[in-house]
Amino acid sequence: MTIIHHVFEPGFFGSGPVHTALLVGAIAALVAGPLGVFTVLRGQSFAGEALGDIGTTGGSGAYLVGVGPLWGFLVINVAAVAVMELIGVQRRRGRDLATGIVLGSGLGLAALFLYLDATHQSTTGTAVTVLFGSLFSVPGTTIAPAIAVAAAVLALLSVIGRPLLLASANPELAAARGIPVRLVGYAYLLALSLAVALCALTIGSILSTALLIGPAAAALRVCRRPGRAIATAAGLGIAAAWIGVLLAYDSYAWPPHDQGWPVSFFVVALVVVIYLGCGVARRLTR
Amino acid sequence: MFSSFMVNAWIVGTIVAVVAGAVGFFVVTRGSSFAAHALPNGSFAGAAGAALIGIDTLIGLTAGCLLGALGIALLGRRGRHDVATALVLVLMLALGSLFLSLSSQYAPAVYSLLFGEILGIGSNELAPTAGLAGASVLGLAVLYRPLMLSSVLPEVAQARGIRDFSIELGFLVVVALTAAMTIPVVGTLLVFTLMIGAPATARSVTDTPARAMTLSVLIAVATVWAAITLSYNTDYPIGFFVGTISASCYLLGRLAGAHRRRPAGAPARAAAAAAAHIDSS
Repeated sequence: MTIIHHVFEPGFFGSGPVHTALLVGAIAALVAGPLGVFTVLRGQSFAGEALGDIGTTGGSGAYLVGVGPLWGFLVINVAAVAVMELIGVQRRRGRDLATGIVLGSGLGLAALFLYLDATHQSTTGTAVTVLFGSLFSVPGTTIAPAIAVAAAVLALLSVIGRPLLLASANPELAAARGIPVRLVGYAYLLALSLAVALCALTIGSILSTALLIGPAAAALRVCRRPGRAIATAAGLGIAAAWIGVLLAYDSYAWPPHDQGWPVSFFVVALVVVIYLGCGVARRLTR
Repeated sequence: MFSSFMVNAWIVGTIVAVVAGAVGFFVVTRGSSFAAHALPNGSFAGAAGAALIGIDTLIGLTAGCLLGALGIALLGRRGRHDVATALVLVLMLALGSLFLSLSSQYAPAVYSLLFGEILGIGSNELAPTAGLAGASVLGLAVLYRPLMLSSVLPEVAQARGIRDFSIELGFLVVVALTAAMTIPVVGTLLVFTLMIGAPATARSVTDTPARAMTLSVLIAVATVWAAITLSYNTDYPIGFFVGTISASCYLLGRLAGAHRRRPAGAPARAAAAAAAHIDSS
């Protein structure tokens, strides 16, 4: 019993914020798994990273108009995907440049919004909450929309999954078989933007890449089949989120005593450890 | 606007813009936007760590940037490096947030590191910034010819026996030094805006490398000057103006480039012009 008490500090299972944190973390990881696998396969990590960073603009803007950050993340990410598509994110040459330009102007706006948040709303912690996330401060009312968004992403993915896989692996063959490669690519970016919004809600906008591509890249190191990789990625992501929440809860008892360590730090660190561990596992099994 | 405490801002802003414009030309030509975005993220942990143990922020920034450059170059030798790059640098960001949350001055420090605070630059920061700028320019001058060749015509560079890895590492170190000195001005998140906005604009207007590089420096300086002026007059953060002006310049450049209606052979002509430029210089 004492060991259990050391692992789960008192009050862990009874706390409302912990329940919300566990649930939201699991939802985000569940959606990030499949999207991350496609992102890694398509080599679009920069797009995922850029969408996460741009989410800062939405998150800080949402505080300005007084709605939940999830709505800000969603609106800005969908808009950013449309702009990236317009200025040519699909062509491999110049794709990073297009992503970078959109990202730059988005972050510029974020700087303004955060400044306005700090001066007009006197909410000084906004920058930290939006950028680095805080799973314990996610309000319970966000759970329902988060589940709805997750369901939409998974539904969209189940429609475009097969053609997307072929289009990612071999665009010419996919085009020859009559798959609308560009449309599928756009639908993928749309799904990605929604998934990134959920990740940003969980571990903050500029750290969201970790949850998106970390578990997926780890899973692709040990799994050959895409289906199995997707399931493994979702499982690893959920594990990272849950253990991260547990460690952050326990860290209130660690030095310095007056505060806990940031939960996002634990999630990101665990994701990196899992990624490295899967590399070792692959080398051992060969 | 030109009072004594603003003089530092003007000097540092100009130095930073010149170097970022020149280095950025190669960032865009080599397609290393991701690296230019990722490197400053790594430096965030360095600066936060410096704040935690109480040493000069610029030392932490430089150390973090150099470590990041080394990490990216080493990881890039094996395949699928964009994943490893992204993960390592996100980890650095998370470490930075941990360091800052453990030190006392959390929120304001996070904000000024991420989004910059040029108006708060003291005169004791002039010399280190100038030193870093000198090192970047020197590195760029040494690397100029092989870098230009391996950026524009990688196959020819390989045939001439130029080693890819050392060029890439050297280039990343130059980018890292530039990032370290730019961060106090525009912040971690917006460094790369300055490094790719101006050169991308310049490249969409002209094909000749030397002309594009000059134009890139001029646009970067104009961007920073305009941003300082606007920031001073409105009190809004400078990063907002740098980001917005850069993106607008790029859009204008794209429109101007489209207006010129380049013939289909434009990329080939650009490569030929670059090769001629290298041989003649």
